[in-house]
Amino acid sequence: MFKRLPEAGPTVPVTIDGRQFAARAGDSVAATLFAAGVKACRTTPVSGAARGPFCMMGVCFDCLVTIDGRPNQQGCLVPVREGMRIESQSGARIAVDAPPGQP
Amino acid sequence: MSLVATADVIVIGGGLHGCSAALHLARAGLSALVLEKNYVGRHASGVNAGGVRTLSRHEAEVPLSLAAMAMWHGIAELVDDDCGFETHGQIRVAENEDDAAALRQREARMRALGYTHERWIDRDELFARVPALARHCLGGLIAVDDGAALPYQTTAAFRRKAEALGQRFFEGVRAQRVQRTGDAWTVDTDRGSFAGRVLVNCAGAWADRICAQLGEPVPLEVIAPMMMVTLRMPRFLEPVVLGTARPLSFKQTQEDTVLIGGGRRARVERDAETTELDFRELAASAQTVWDLFPVMRAASVHRGWAGIEARMPDDIPVIGPSSTAPDAYHAFGFSAHGFELGPIVGRIMADLITTGRTELPIAPFAITRWNAAGDSP
Amino acid sequence: MNIASSCDVAVVGAGAAGLAAAAECARRGLSTVVFDEQQAAGGQIYRAITATPLKDRTVLGADYWHGEGLVGEFARAGATHVPGATVWAVTRSDDGFEIGVSHDGVAQLVQAKQVILATGALERPFPIPGWTLPGVMTAGAAQLLLKTSGLVPEGRVVLAGTGPLLYLVAAQLARVGGRIDCLLDTTPRGQWRSAAPYAVDFLRSPYLAKGLSILRDARRATRLVGGVQQLEALGGDSLQRVRFVAGGRSEELPVDLLLLHQGVVPNINLSNAIGCAQRWDEAQLAFVPVVDRWGASSVAGVTIAGDGAGIAGARAAEARGRLAGLHTVHMLGRLDAAARDRAAAPVRTELARFTRGRAFVDAMYRPAEAFRIPAGETIVCRCEEVTAQQVIDTVKLGCTGPNQMKSFLRCGMGPCQGRLCGLTVTELIARERQAPPGEVGHYRLRFPVKPITLGELAALPETDEGIKAVVRIGKAH
Repeated sequence: MFKRLPEAGPTVPVTIDGRQFAARAGDSVAATLFAAGVKACRTTPVSGAARGPFCMMGVCFDCLVTIDGRPNQQGCLVPVREGMRIESQSGARIAVDAPPGQP
Repeated sequence: MSLVATADVIVIGGGLHGCSAALHLARAGLSALVLEKNYVGRHASGVNAGGVRTLSRHEAEVPLSLAAMAMWHGIAELVDDDCGFETHGQIRVAENEDDAAALRQREARMRALGYTHERWIDRDELFARVPALARHCLGGLIAVDDGAALPYQTTAAFRRKAEALGQRFFEGVRAQRVQRTGDAWTVDTDRGSFAGRVLVNCAGAWADRICAQLGEPVPLEVIAPMMMVTLRMPRFLEPVVLGTARPLSFKQTQEDTVLIGGGRRARVERDAETTELDFRELAASAQTVWDLFPVMRAASVHRGWAGIEARMPDDIPVIGPSSTAPDAYHAFGFSAHGFELGPIVGRIMADLITTGRTELPIAPFAITRWNAAGDSP
Repeated sequence: MNIASSCDVAVVGAGAAGLAAAAECARRGLSTVVFDEQQAAGGQIYRAITATPLKDRTVLGADYWHGEGLVGEFARAGATHVPGATVWAVTRSDDGFEIGVSHDGVAQLVQAKQVILATGALERPFPIPGWTLPGVMTAGAAQLLLKTSGLVPEGRVVLAGTGPLLYLVAAQLARVGGRIDCLLDTTPRGQWRSAAPYAVDFLRSPYLAKGLSILRDARRATRLVGGVQQLEALGGDSLQRVRFVAGGRSEELPVDLLLLHQGVVPNINLSNAIGCAQRWDEAQLAFVPVVDRWGASSVAGVTIAGDGAGIAGARAAEARGRLAGLHTVHMLGRLDAAARDRAAAPVRTELARFTRGRAFVDAMYRPAEAFRIPAGETIVCRCEEVTAQQVIDTVKLGCTGPNQMKSFLRCGMGPCQGRLCGLTVTELIARERQAPPGEVGHYRLRFPVKPITLGELAALPETDEGIKAVVRIGKAH
């Protein structure tokens, strides 16, 4: 669906549903999914329909993914980091390894 | 002021209790008109936690609550709508020995009074019923026939049924002055006046104004208990869970979102009808949930709100006839736990109006329990 | 980053309006903090301006690169910029306001005496059958992917809708070698007639020349189909085809990517939740906060600038940001009214220059009712998958407004909090009830306006005792 223009810049290794991918440093998680050829990043809790990022600016919430075990993250607002684990969400997913959170 | 409509009974307030009164009056053969300043179910009735609870009620409320619960278990027949009522029990959890002692004492007290609806459960049964509960809990008090319903849908259903039986609802009509002319009541509003033989005050957080006009002031406090709801989560909870020492009401809805309440208060402006959430207070509720349900730690809180409610100093409502005026009745001040009582309170109103009495013990709810100056005795 | 616990003015949004407002405040000595969700300043119009991989400036054009100067001015003014920060609440406190903000997974309450909301715009919902399929996005989203990441659509690409941004995106994509199969223009035929009364202003405005050149580039880029009256996205798990009707003829195209756009509308969730009065604007077909000529809202201490106060474009947003900043400095006693007005005079001239011609644009590209008010099984609320027919049926049951509709159908109760369905639901109810949209109203929004985790909320520091308690419990688990 999308191709990258040249002069993209340095890459950052991430995993997408367990697959290794070289993301572009500075890209959001949602942009990274498109660059990796991923169209749908979740299924809805209501009907299980497939959805992908729609607005790329944080208003549609269709780009919700699980990032490093934290669910319901807006992928278009989170920049990729080295070693980031990106996982698609099915339904009302809560990852079992959600970290305990804040001190 | 021009007369808009008349009926046997004028009900001020289109919350659940007003709609329930209208419904039961229709069943008793009396016409009623309901005056509602916003829309039916706009305030506390439409936005509460939806708890349908007999568990750990004030002793005076227990007989009413049990009678109401019997009606809840046949709600679809009463209002042609299931109101989203589901019953998986309510459990008040003990986090420590003090909690446990208090709950066991409560069980003993209820049994001494002849009630068996509340039962202490030990750790094994507690965790079998609430597997997601933190393991520091010691046990709980359960009422197995309790549950929850959808507050707005319930109020709307009572209204629809009352209307189907001929009652009239006037929304966007604000009652301003009540006065007795001869044998009748006239209520002047911002949209004309209404007349009836009997007056019923179900005006919720604004009910004290009616009382003042009737010469029987009451010490009503306006409160705004806060609620939060999360995005959907995988199903992990069936019963409604309550805290003991720490206020909490916690349930997973049929949509799998999680509702967190417990009565911490927002700032409220009664006349502007606005509330302002207090996030430090909500943080305390969140901390309680954190401690009790580890699975909730990554949950997304995505809306908070507060209903505008009336609290009486002794935390029980005013139900019964006016002490100063004939043919006037009150049902208000439900102190953040009136939802479950809705079905029975309307019946009580209808009984009082048609026969002058009710078989349920309403003496503790009399408006006369405060002296004439409006202070508690 | 350690966010200071208090400031004179908190600005929400680092787009054109927010940057300009903050610069005016900081320059005059106010402690100014700008919170923005994005990783860098620029908002959406100037998105990625400090880091875009598109080094050839002719691709995005001079209008975009104007933002570079504004970002530079902001950087020198002395304000604090907190990127990656989501403001989820603004409540009143003794000394002004308490801003609930999340940053790096930690929530904090920041005190501010004055607040400037510069939350900008979002694309108007475009509810067509199949618009929720993967492979369907907004045209703005494609433009953002280009700006931020140098990603260009490939495969079979169709643009559809109306409005200047649509043609701009077509032109920009063509400049980088993106192939566009066609542009389906849903501007109703003959709509220029209702825009004609505003033509004189448009001819004298900066938008005329820009508009003509963009249209020319768009026409060169692709096949343009005008007068499109029906549009459907078709596919199973993802988009496969687009079906449209134009000039009475129906056509189907295989397609991989459908980019929709029919204008932008103010992002009002935060101002609504704060309690700022709003009104229905019939020319813009959107709810707009009620503000005075400085941007002051109905809530004392809250000023609203930019597209979030009514759509007028980036240059107008910048001017209104400056006015909001000047007003805020005056409200805090650091600038008397005369000095404020003197400083504002040239800004008002700029504002007049950049609002001239907007009425024409609004009228010319007014989205057709068929594309604003869907029917049948078309999804209206994407989050809760509520259809148009369900909304219509519920109106017939006596539900008179969006807030009751929420309780009946759950529309507006999903994560986006009505951002993508609010206008559609209001207009659906309005048409069904034959009542004006202003009377029907909009969803009543509540804090938090963006979700925060229970953990973040629980850890909000309150008192020293509260902090100690949190630390103790944190260690125990």
